[in-house]
Amino acid sequence: MRVTEWREKVETQGCYDAISEMLERIEKSKLNAYITVCRDEALKMAEKYDRGELKGRLAGIPVAVKDNISTKGILTTCASKMLSNYKPVFDAHVVERLKAEGAIIIGKANMDEFAMGTTTETSYYGVVRNPYDLDRVAGGSSGGSAAVIAADEAVLSLGSDTGGSIRCPASFCGIYGLKPTYGLVSRYGLIPYANSLEQIGPMADCIDDLALLLEVIAGKDRRDSTNSGKEFKFVPEDRKLKVGVIAEMGGNEDVMKRFSEAVEVIREKHEVEEVSMPSFKYALAAYYIIAMSEASSNLARYDGVRYGYALEKLDSWRRYFSKVRAEGFGDEVKRRIMLGSYALSAGYYGKYYLKAQKVRTLVIRDFKKAFEEFDVLISPTMPSLPFKIGELADPLTMYKADVNTVPINLAGLPALSVPIGFEKGLPVGLQVIGNYFSENTLLNFGKWLGERMQD
Amino acid sequence: MVSLEDVYHTAELAKIEITEGEAEKFRKEFEKIIDYFNILDEVEEDIEPTFHVLPITNVFREDVEGECLSQEEALSNAKHKEDGHFKGPRVVE
Repeated sequence: MRVTEWREKVETQGCYDAISEMLERIEKSKLNAYITVCRDEALKMAEKYDRGELKGRLAGIPVAVKDNISTKGILTTCASKMLSNYKPVFDAHVVERLKAEGAIIIGKANMDEFAMGTTTETSYYGVVRNPYDLDRVAGGSSGGSAAVIAADEAVLSLGSDTGGSIRCPASFCGIYGLKPTYGLVSRYGLIPYANSLEQIGPMADCIDDLALLLEVIAGKDRRDSTNSGKEFKFVPEDRKLKVGVIAEMGGNEDVMKRFSEAVEVIREKHEVEEVSMPSFKYALAAYYIIAMSEASSNLARYDGVRYGYALEKLDSWRRYFSKVRAEGFGDEVKRRIMLGSYALSAGYYGKYYLKAQKVRTLVIRDFKKAFEEFDVLISPTMPSLPFKIGELADPLTMYKADVNTVPINLAGLPALSVPIGFEKGLPVGLQVIGNYFSENTLLNFGKWLGERMQD
Repeated sequence: MVSLEDVYHTAELAKIEITEGEAEKFRKEFEKIIDYFNILDEVEEDIEPTFHVLPITNVFREDVEGECLSQEEALSNAKHKEDGHFKGPRVVE
């Protein structure tokens, strides 16, 4: 549902009624998209709206927030047993911005544990099901944030994207999702997994809504030292672009069928050419090494002392920490922390971690060169249709599903997933990649393409 | 090749207790994953690494007092506390 449709609904039946209806739908839902539903608070805010006391650009609009984004006094679990009773004592920057604009936080969206996964199957709270086929996954790690948009269990949502975690579920659920340029949106209050790669971003049913949410959350925040201080303003533009199709990023037959059709549509208005990015051969390995290394350092904070899962009795520190972490973390989180520790350990630093950061330089160089010639680059967002639940049981097979999305995070660029229709009844997404801070171009192009593909 | 000792050593570095069964499962998975990572051996050494993607350095702020958490708030998520302090496990064994 779009913001304009929601506003019409509120106009006729009142916000309280509209929110009640949505809460009822969530209650009956089979998707498992929420970890926490903020029922009482949402209804209270709706009443406030009906009394004319809730003002702002998002006044009265129900927004879902991924459960790794801190919400003061509301459970923020990261879909982990480790944080299953953690209530932050402060709001993330983006949550402050939502509240300041009158948004109604309707719930905390399910996700992969600590955002580590491509299917939400690593969630301590169970998998998020795909709204188009309940036997398939909604994608990950922001699976809940995507599913709620597709199923009208929220109007807008926030996700986070470390290696594709907004774009993958957006593609699998047939909605729009944007991973902004690194530094456009403050990460203050985002529970970290891999700081140098991740960004919070908007997810919505159409580009206008995505742009509205981005305008609200982007901007200066000195509590994130990597924040660029730049604001975002959506300005409609209509120009002919030079579009590069990335040769190294493909997909299976089902995906390529839809993708090729989209390329033909793009060709009607824009100039399209193929472009080769040789460094991408190494991008997936480099991405996982960096993400795991940063995870091993970030997740060292979970020791069962200041917050999070704790044992009844304190023991010697070595036994206590090791036991808290053995019981509090799921298998995928353990794998990434351990492999990250391995990649950073004596004797392997140069071979893995440092080498991965060198690959990062090569990836940036390839993008720089491409953007000298092209305005935007495109690829299928995901190499396949939404997976069956249980299909990606092998970890390395799951990692390889991220092959089209991770190079963007290595370079810190913005990228958008645009729904381009269905294949075998399942949604397909097209990824549009832009130069640094070129979100306006991406959104305008995405709007044009998305509307054309729905014709 | 990843040995069981490698897995136990890594688990010790990461401070995660693992069982024998887990160690063997992780060993097999790590071997496949690390084998895949070895593709980076093809990349030449003589390249400057990139640690930060944006050219932002030395972000300073004025040294002024800001808001901070109350003691009660800071302790609100801790299970073990005493006299307004966090209580941790014994460090000296």
